[in-house]
Amino acid sequence: MALDRWIALVLLGVCLTYGYAAWFTMDGSLPPFMQRNPIWPSTFPKVLSILGIVTTTIILLGFEKSEIKEADIDYRRLGDYHLDQALMLLALMVIYALCLRPVGFLISTSAFLILGSFILGERKWHIMLPVAFIATGAVWYLVQEVLGIYMRPLPGIFGG
Amino acid sequence: MLEGLLIGLQTAFSIQNLLMVIAGCLIGTFIGMLPGLGPMSIIAIMIPVAISMGDPSAALILLAGVYYGAIFGGSTSSILLNAPGVAGTVASSFDGYPMARQGKAGKALTIAAIASFAGGTLGAVLLMVFAPALSSVALLFHSAEYFALMVVGLSAIAAFAGSGQVAKAVIMTVLGLIMATVGEGALFNLPRFTMGIMDLQSGFGFITLAMAMFALPEALFLVLKPKDLKGDDGEIKDLRITKEEAKAIAPVVGRQSVQGFFIGVLPGAGATIASFLGYAVERNIAPKEEQEEFGKGSIKGLAAPETANNAACTGSFVPLLTLGIPGSGTTAILLGALIALNVTPGPRLMLDEPQIFWAVIMSMFIGNLVLLILNLPLIPYIAKVLSVPRNYLIPFILFFTLMGAYIGQNNATELLILVGFGVCATALKFADYPLAPLLIGFILGGMMEDNFARSMQLYDGISFIWERPMTLGLLVIAALLVLLPSYRARRARARAAGIADGD
Repeated sequence: MALDRWIALVLLGVCLTYGYAAWFTMDGSLPPFMQRNPIWPSTFPKVLSILGIVTTTIILLGFEKSEIKEADIDYRRLGDYHLDQALMLLALMVIYALCLRPVGFLISTSAFLILGSFILGERKWHIMLPVAFIATGAVWYLVQEVLGIYMRPLPGIFGG
Repeated sequence: MLEGLLIGLQTAFSIQNLLMVIAGCLIGTFIGMLPGLGPMSIIAIMIPVAISMGDPSAALILLAGVYYGAIFGGSTSSILLNAPGVAGTVASSFDGYPMARQGKAGKALTIAAIASFAGGTLGAVLLMVFAPALSSVALLFHSAEYFALMVVGLSAIAAFAGSGQVAKAVIMTVLGLIMATVGEGALFNLPRFTMGIMDLQSGFGFITLAMAMFALPEALFLVLKPKDLKGDDGEIKDLRITKEEAKAIAPVVGRQSVQGFFIGVLPGAGATIASFLGYAVERNIAPKEEQEEFGKGSIKGLAAPETANNAACTGSFVPLLTLGIPGSGTTAILLGALIALNVTPGPRLMLDEPQIFWAVIMSMFIGNLVLLILNLPLIPYIAKVLSVPRNYLIPFILFFTLMGAYIGQNNATELLILVGFGVCATALKFADYPLAPLLIGFILGGMMEDNFARSMQLYDGISFIWERPMTLGLLVIAALLVLLPSYRARRARARAAGIADGD
């Protein structure tokens, strides 16, 4: 089975779960005054779940013949590409998201930019370090000082 | 009207006000390039500066400059990096980014600048002529018509479906609509589908989703399969548009200025719907061979949403200036600024304080012109962003993607959602599912449900669909927009199979 039909199967599961929630779990807790409304919070989701189930079934059963196009990247041979770099960058983004609050903006962002180019194979430290520090400082100055959007610059223990 | 024009010119052409326009345009362009800071937030940030000036005309002129600059800046990031920071520029990335990939970033930016200029300027002319009359039309639109208008906007998905792809485009739209139902709806005040997670209470963030659907998969593709963003010879070439290209986009610009303006006049519809509809309409009326180009770097496909988007922004000033009703988030903030400056927009504004009304219109012309003059020489430098070495560019794209989602919400969970959806979107991209319909569904879904619910309550049932002729008409148009491409495809297939067309 091709990837697009696997995805359709997953989406069918999503739609079924969503439909279950919409049809069977939402209406019970509806307060009496809202039950007299012509539209309930679950009306729209109910329609959507049916639409979704019908469409995913069409894709899953292959009713619609699609032309096979040459894709930009062939997912069957993912190993041929720089998969390791992509996965490491994703992991780095997750770590950045988790660190942004506790470690502070300045440290986590500089580290993100330096490690990001390191993962991509850059080894010129004399360029990487200044670029990362200057960019971090500039963005922080712009967002915090000029625009006035608060971002904790330093780890909490330093009172940032 | 002539007298009014002269008053406006007199106000707008003082040295102080000209400097205001230039400053506004520059600030708007540069901040607007950061994804996550759209015109609305930039204007909100600039309001304290504008109010402290004390002169309402100067303040409005500054804010208008910021507004236009921000819209152009937003297009820049969606064209160069496929990272649309504002809903209104999502449609610009459909054809703008493929152009940038082909090494025509300079040309794409030039087209965007010129189309924006034309859209904004023609919109301002229409505003001048029609503003008094249009205010009553805007009031004719009830929630039933808005619902129908959203359906027309959604039928734009037909424009993304290639042959044999209709089901995929539809399921992506439905998925977008489903995601829009997560969180607390305005009409019900009940959290829905949040699975008890507090962070989902207010729903998914638009920017988070936009970044996850467009920017992140694109960046991951660049990592997986290194490819130079520059042209073949490493030069950014083709800055100018040729005469043939100018001829090709001129009718598009003309049509979309008018269409975009009138969509923009309707409160609540605004630039987003105007740009999607503009894209869909132009694709539908384009000749067959040009239709293939859409989505792969068609100049028409870029010019249409850019023009419509700017014309709609101008159009949204009609209800603000004539009725005092802000039609979009940005105009709502402008309304706040006006009131703080002791100006009350409404039917009497044109009579009581004509110099403000006309100064705003004049500043639109000047703002557009200044933007064009400032940006055309800057374009080669802006396009140079793409010639930054890949090892530095990709971490920066990822960083700005994350920052865009973070600044808006100030919530780190948003970043985890972004990465998660980004991975899902990459998988969808591998399997050739179109991602744009998902985002369109998400943007329009909330508005559509609200309007649908409101008209259901007003009419106590679904009868509004046939009782209101305008609703019915719009729904028929929506159906035509979906059916026309598949009819065309069927006819083309029949012809290919050797069956004659009948007569």
